[in-house]
Amino acid sequence: MTDTSRFSPLHQTHVDAGATFTDFAGWQMPVRYSSDLAEHHAVRTSVALFDLSHMAEIIVKGPEAAAALDYALAGKISDIAIGQAKYSLLLTHEGGIIDDLVVYRTHADRYGIVANASNRYQAAGALAARAGEFDTTVVDESDEVALIAVQGPNSLEVVLGVPGLISDRPISELKYYWSTMGEYRGGDALVGRTGYTGEDGYEIYVQTAHAAELWAALMAAGERFGIVPAGLASRDTLRLEAGMPLYGHELNESILPVQAGLGRVVNLAKEGDFVGREAVEAGPPDGARTLVGLRADGKRAGRADYAVLAADDTEIGRITSGALSPTLGYPIAMAYVDPGLTEVGTDLFMDVRGSRVPASVVPLPFYKRGQTA
Amino acid sequence: MTEPSSLKYTEEHEWVDISEGVATVGITAYAADKLGDVVFVDLPAVGSSVAAGTVVGEIESTKSVGELFAPVQGTVHAVNDAVVASPELVNSDPFGEGWLIRVRFTELPQLLSFEQYSALTGE
Repeated sequence: MTDTSRFSPLHQTHVDAGATFTDFAGWQMPVRYSSDLAEHHAVRTSVALFDLSHMAEIIVKGPEAAAALDYALAGKISDIAIGQAKYSLLLTHEGGIIDDLVVYRTHADRYGIVANASNRYQAAGALAARAGEFDTTVVDESDEVALIAVQGPNSLEVVLGVPGLISDRPISELKYYWSTMGEYRGGDALVGRTGYTGEDGYEIYVQTAHAAELWAALMAAGERFGIVPAGLASRDTLRLEAGMPLYGHELNESILPVQAGLGRVVNLAKEGDFVGREAVEAGPPDGARTLVGLRADGKRAGRADYAVLAADDTEIGRITSGALSPTLGYPIAMAYVDPGLTEVGTDLFMDVRGSRVPASVVPLPFYKRGQTA
Repeated sequence: MTEPSSLKYTEEHEWVDISEGVATVGITAYAADKLGDVVFVDLPAVGSSVAAGTVVGEIESTKSVGELFAPVQGTVHAVNDAVVASPELVNSDPFGEGWLIRVRFTELPQLLSFEQYSALTGE
């Protein structure tokens, strides 16, 4: 830990809960509290809490906010309704991915954008630069906002059990990827039915000063469901099972959306220019690798940066994330592989520290809600 | 569970219990805690020869991979099949049911005392 480490407003809460910490994008965040497997299973079967206060919240507001975001991002942001949320991408002019983010339309002329902690300044900088031509203002509110995710099939009951959480629209009526503004302890709040676990759940944004009280209230409301706090280790295995990319692993500035299976996130039908359009329309160069899911038998997992091999041992790909799936019980991985090897059922090998582990290409996601092993 | 204070240790965060020419080896609670939930253990074959300080197995958690080093030179006398079937024993009882291998040793190197190991981990 260095002097420059940043701490969540919930840091003391996590220390008191016995968390083990890890450095994540310069933040000391809980990696696990007791058992990352137990935390993983709690999300799949009941409910768990994540502190995501390290993530960046950037506000884009003003009369031309929608037009500015249509230009700045890959999706058609002006199309989403007030209260709706949308997963989108911030692209380079070359079509590479600067960040993946969630956009909440909170008002007619105001959007809340959630970016990865590691990309906070790049995302805020790019948004400000791209909004420059428009009548709009970009404000990085990351330091004032805390984020707590409540994830799992019992999450609605837990959120509804928090005293003093006032929402403009009933939280129980929110559909997936919809949100409502609200108030908690006199400060602005936003509740979205969003998440990064492949399970039903809610994300609650409140002012940092009220984060610890909200956390305690959620833990109390979840007691009857056996709620547990969950760390970044379980968050990683959960999102991997759900086939969700993690920036820095599956996504980076040299990957085009279509390579990552995110072609649908880019709206080429929208009128007007947007940053990266030309490059996305041109497509990746011949021979560019594509992201696939891999499944193996046994218990040995391929991990990030391990090679993927063809039958003749030539390297035809690289794993970007991998683990022994806690829900499914077999090893899963996401990997970029050469063209022609992406069909479901293709037999490949993972180089697991020198030994060849057979793996086959399977569809993503590995896990869908309601599915059991 | 063996009393940790009566065991010997290595800088690789393994414990060694020496009795009648056989060293029982496991990883310490400190190492198990750092790894997180252990989900896979790969151990050497019974009867194989091992050299002190070499990697003879793997201990994998959901997040990372730890190597098992042979702390002594000798022949693998037994491996813990229970921990292969139930790797979580490494977390739940690292100094007892979570033992990994027994080595009939030919030579005993300098090992750390409990006090020396405690100083190493700062715990």
